Amino acid sequence: MAQVINKATRESFGLALCELAKTHDDIVVLDADLAAATKTGIFKKEFPERFINCGIAEGNMIGVAAGLAAAGKKPFAASFAMFATGRAFEQIRNSVAYPKLNVKIAGSHAGISTGEDGATHQCIEDIAIMRAIPGMVVLNPADHYEMVEAVKAAYEYNGPVYIRLGRLAIDSFNDPDNYKFELGKGITLHEGNDITVIATGLVVNESLKAVKALEAKGINARLINIHTIKPIDREIIIKAAKETGRIVTVEEHNVIGGLGDAVCDVVSSECPVKVTKIGVNDEFGYSGPAKQLLEIFGLCQSNIEKVVEDIVKNEK
Amino acid sequence: MNSAEKLQLQILACKSRMGAIIGTFNAKSGHPGGSLSAADIYTYLYYKEMNVDPTNPKWADRDRFVLSKGHCCPSLYATLALKGYFDWDELTKLRHVGAMLQGHPDMKGTPGIDMSSGSLGQGVSAACGMALAGKMDNKSYRVYTLLGDGECEEGQVWEAAMFAAHKNLDNICFIVDCNGLQIDGTVEEIGGIEPLDEKFKAFGFNVIKVNGHDFDQLESAFENAKSTEGKPSVIIASTVKGKDVSFMENQVGWHGTAPNQEQYEIAMGELEAKLKELEALV
Ligand SMILES: Cc1ncc(C[n+]2csc(CCOP(=O)(O)OP(=O)(O)O)c2C)c(N)n1
Ligand SMILES: [Mg+2]
Repeated sequence: MAQVINKATRESFGLALCELAKTHDDIVVLDADLAAATKTGIFKKEFPERFINCGIAEGNMIGVAAGLAAAGKKPFAASFAMFATGRAFEQIRNSVAYPKLNVKIAGSHAGISTGEDGATHQCIEDIAIMRAIPGMVVLNPADHYEMVEAVKAAYEYNGPVYIRLGRLAIDSFNDPDNYKFELGKGITLHEGNDITVIATGLVVNESLKAVKALEAKGINARLINIHTIKPIDREIIIKAAKETGRIVTVEEHNVIGGLGDAVCDVVSSECPVKVTKIGVNDEFGYSGPAKQLLEIFGLCQSNIEKVVEDIVKNEK
Repeated sequence: MNSAEKLQLQILACKSRMGAIIGTFNAKSGHPGGSLSAADIYTYLYYKEMNVDPTNPKWADRDRFVLSKGHCCPSLYATLALKGYFDWDELTKLRHVGAMLQGHPDMKGTPGIDMSSGSLGQGVSAACGMALAGKMDNKSYRVYTLLGDGECEEGQVWEAAMFAAHKNLDNICFIVDCNGLQIDGTVEEIGGIEPLDEKFKAFGFNVIKVNGHDFDQLESAFENAKSTEGKPSVIIASTVKGKDVSFMENQVGWHGTAPNQEQYEIAMGELEAKLKELEALV
């Protein structure tokens, strides 16, 4: 078994950027006075001359990143997900995505696990708004190893990419020796034919624990990890819909516009099956310790397990 | 103001700082640095300047306060509690699940909070809207808004400044808490906002510079602002981030870190000693 690494994906992001920059001179990193929190500070320490702190001015930061990209650099611009995708939405849309510039946007402290800062800082809309932009690639890696590979893939991809980063440290579950990150490809983490759980980001680990616990109860749930929300892996979803007939999605995001909706889009046009969405039910979050909030919002093993078990018992 | 009055304000400001320490300690998170630099300003506003009624927080004719640098709410909450808007004990539940006092101001749930804030740059614009509504309705209330010096890097601050001057909003007063620090370093190394006074002047503001910990200077500044007609005012208050807790003063690391048990005891010890000293002078 691979070494379990307990790290927040924002830290894995900072470390991966640093590693990649050693062999790629065109990488520049921008932040908006949150380098300590987004972990671009790790890069800044090693490559101060390639780090640009834009101050608390996210809109300008994205515009500057667009210009840097147009002049041949490969900029990674980071802030909290709320401010990177919220405050700078239109700059991303018109100055980055429309000209298809090579800007990678990193949004940290995404979801409600931002915790105590409360609703103004808990971004539950970033996946929806980034997905809605034509041509935008949307990545939501689930553990340390996946984040490291996602950063490389984002660098190699020619065009705009959004990468979602988490604040909370989580245990890794991938095995780096056998792990392969393919942009746009889902990963089956657990086989099963009774039902399919499709999860993304921070809650993949909890979903994995849930399907393992269900197995002990005689329920064989398939688990698919969707690290690339756009372009989404249609094939793996349709196959799961056909073979298991029932889908549950899990995401630390509003149930409107996120992974759940992306999955519904796919199945409704090709193989309609019932989909149950576990996520934030179209309400704002509030202050509290991250782990406690995740439990209250049902983004934890026990709730995922219960939802799946109820469906299998009552519908099948 | 006479010396007895000033002493009362100093006592209240000291208690506001204690509230910020109690709140962030119990929350194990939050922003002590900028809460401590702003405590004297909150105290002056709520005890000397603003026409408000804690028993009727939504009173239509009240003066309004928008905390544009929303993260500095712990000491504002303390001042509001002292003023009687809600129980002091709420501070121990700051940032807990179900708490009245959220990590950033929430006007829906907290009496005395006139605007929800936390995303830097946005509060100033809302304050302009309130001031404009006052003009449209021929009301005499005034609007105050507190910004951080780092916050002045946000373009929206300057959109709001341009708007306030263009609409001749002489019923609004910006206050900039110039404590010299933001998150990743000093404002000087990251933001380049200077010369701030010249910028506001060029935007059409009446500019007043004060020591933000000196109640006499704050008094004359707010009087000056009130008597200035036809244009908005800005009070540029030079302050010390972490003021009155020795190990937090001027330390960038205390922007968004809560004190642990030991640090909490030292901080409270220092503030209690200061309070005793002040109370002995009464
Ligand atoms: C739009 C936006 N971007 C970033 C942040 C994160 N943030 C919170 S406080 C802060 C620094 C603020 O510095 P300053 O305005 O000087 O406040 P003070 O020193 O009074 O705490 C930052 C970047 C935010 N709250 N809103
Ligand atoms: Mg400051």
